Amino acid sequence: MIIRTTKLGRIAKVAFLVSWLIVTVFPLYWIVITALKSPGAINAYPLQYWPKVISFENFAGLFGQANFGIYMVNSLIAATITAAVVTLISLLSGYIIARFVFRGRGAVMSAFLVTQMIPAFIALGPLYTMMTHLGLVDTRGGLILVYIAMLIPFSTIMLRGFFENVPDALEEAAMIDGCSRLRALFRILVPVMFPGIAAAFIFNFVNTWNELFLSVTLMNSDANKTIPAALNGFVTSYNIEWGPLSAAAVLTIVPTLIMFAFASKYIVQGLTAGAVKG
Amino acid sequence: MAFRNWNLNDLRNTDWIGLGNFGTIFSDSQFWTSLTNSAFWVIGSLIPQLVIGFALALWLRRRFFLRGLYQSLVFFPWAVSGFLIGILFRWMFNAEFGVVNDLLEKTHLISTPISWLAEPTTAMISVIIANVWYGVTFFAIMILAALQSVPDELYEAAAMDGAGKIRTLFSVTLPYIRTTLALTVLLRVIWIFNFPDIIYGMTGGGPGGATQIVTTYMITLTQQGNYGTASAVGLIVVFILLVFASFYLMATRERKEP
Repeated sequence: MIIRTTKLGRIAKVAFLVSWLIVTVFPLYWIVITALKSPGAINAYPLQYWPKVISFENFAGLFGQANFGIYMVNSLIAATITAAVVTLISLLSGYIIARFVFRGRGAVMSAFLVTQMIPAFIALGPLYTMMTHLGLVDTRGGLILVYIAMLIPFSTIMLRGFFENVPDALEEAAMIDGCSRLRALFRILVPVMFPGIAAAFIFNFVNTWNELFLSVTLMNSDANKTIPAALNGFVTSYNIEWGPLSAAAVLTIVPTLIMFAFASKYIVQGLTAGAVKG
Repeated sequence: MAFRNWNLNDLRNTDWIGLGNFGTIFSDSQFWTSLTNSAFWVIGSLIPQLVIGFALALWLRRRFFLRGLYQSLVFFPWAVSGFLIGILFRWMFNAEFGVVNDLLEKTHLISTPISWLAEPTTAMISVIIANVWYGVTFFAIMILAALQSVPDELYEAAAMDGAGKIRTLFSVTLPYIRTTLALTVLLRVIWIFNFPDIIYGMTGGGPGGATQIVTTYMITLTQQGNYGTASAVGLIVVFILLVFASFYLMATRERKEP
């Protein structure tokens, strides 16, 4: 490319990129700093931009007084099972949509795209009643079932995109050698697409981990709460204690941050493929 | 359920009431406020997201030192749930101990602390700022993907014809990515419209309904146990979204033709 770059333009560019970086990272920094301050220092004036004493009191309180450990285990169970089941099902459905031509394929894809635009919490009331009739309110299995149903469409769209990038010839060769279709899928295609599948798994995991409204509505008892539902309890009480809340926020964000760092490239690919190809 | 009298506090009386729930909603001034608030919320968030996201994408197109690291850092808001973002910003916009007021005072932009989340106007501005912070990433990713599909020859041709940077942007880049851009905006409008998480975590729709958008209004109704009315609002939301979505599908179809 032979576009002239003026000096002023370059300065503007660097200034913009740097300031946006600061704007992006600062909230995370601030919540981490708050979580590490001792309870007295949080409301001290002038504000401390770097804590004088680093204290883990807030974290200790979370596991001591609040049952944060239980919430984390609940979230972990829900997110792992949901992500595993959804990824497996979407692997099959994405494969079918990518490889077979059948009546109604376009309709299925359109339906998936449209349901993506209607968030699950729109149907909170009916969902709650349905779950009551099924006797699944306030059970871990019931919540997981709803999550699975909620996440399959997007995963399918995402994985279909990855399948379309893998040539048919690969599995055809395997099938000529006597592999069944299913065996070809798991033995040949899955290893090739592994990064994409991992990204789908992580995407589903993070979404379940973060989900708030369904969890709040469907889970009543304290022992069954997931992390976001527990945080909701913290926030809606009259006197918000920012120390423990920040610590809880940090504990919620860090795992997803790590997973996301690994998978962001593929999630971005899946998203742009799903949304742009249509 | 939208057509029945369905209240968790009165479950023995769940008759069909026809359009009664819709009547209740349409005569509730809260609903109309939430509808106009939704419009402010969508437009106010969308435009800054688009502009900043576009600039970011333009400048991320070309390689530079540590670009990969920069990208993953700038894309991090995505890993955080909307609800938590609401909490993060609620803390930063805190009137007494919030860092936003402190920074503004230090730079002498304001002399007395602003109670951001307690005044209707500033509360709306605050939730929009939080949403912009979150949504820029989405635009940056989508526009970057679109930009990378623009062939380099086009730029070379433009440069040979003596087009300057700004001229190239408007005559080459923008027309080329126009459809993707339109689609992204459309998709984003839908997402912002039904994205209650940030507001829910930050203000809960307050003060006095000043940041109540249609979806937070619905969630409030659900949490009060008014499942019938909440479902009716849900239906209205679905209707609005379907109108948007059919535009979206029409636009996608148009794109496949060439």
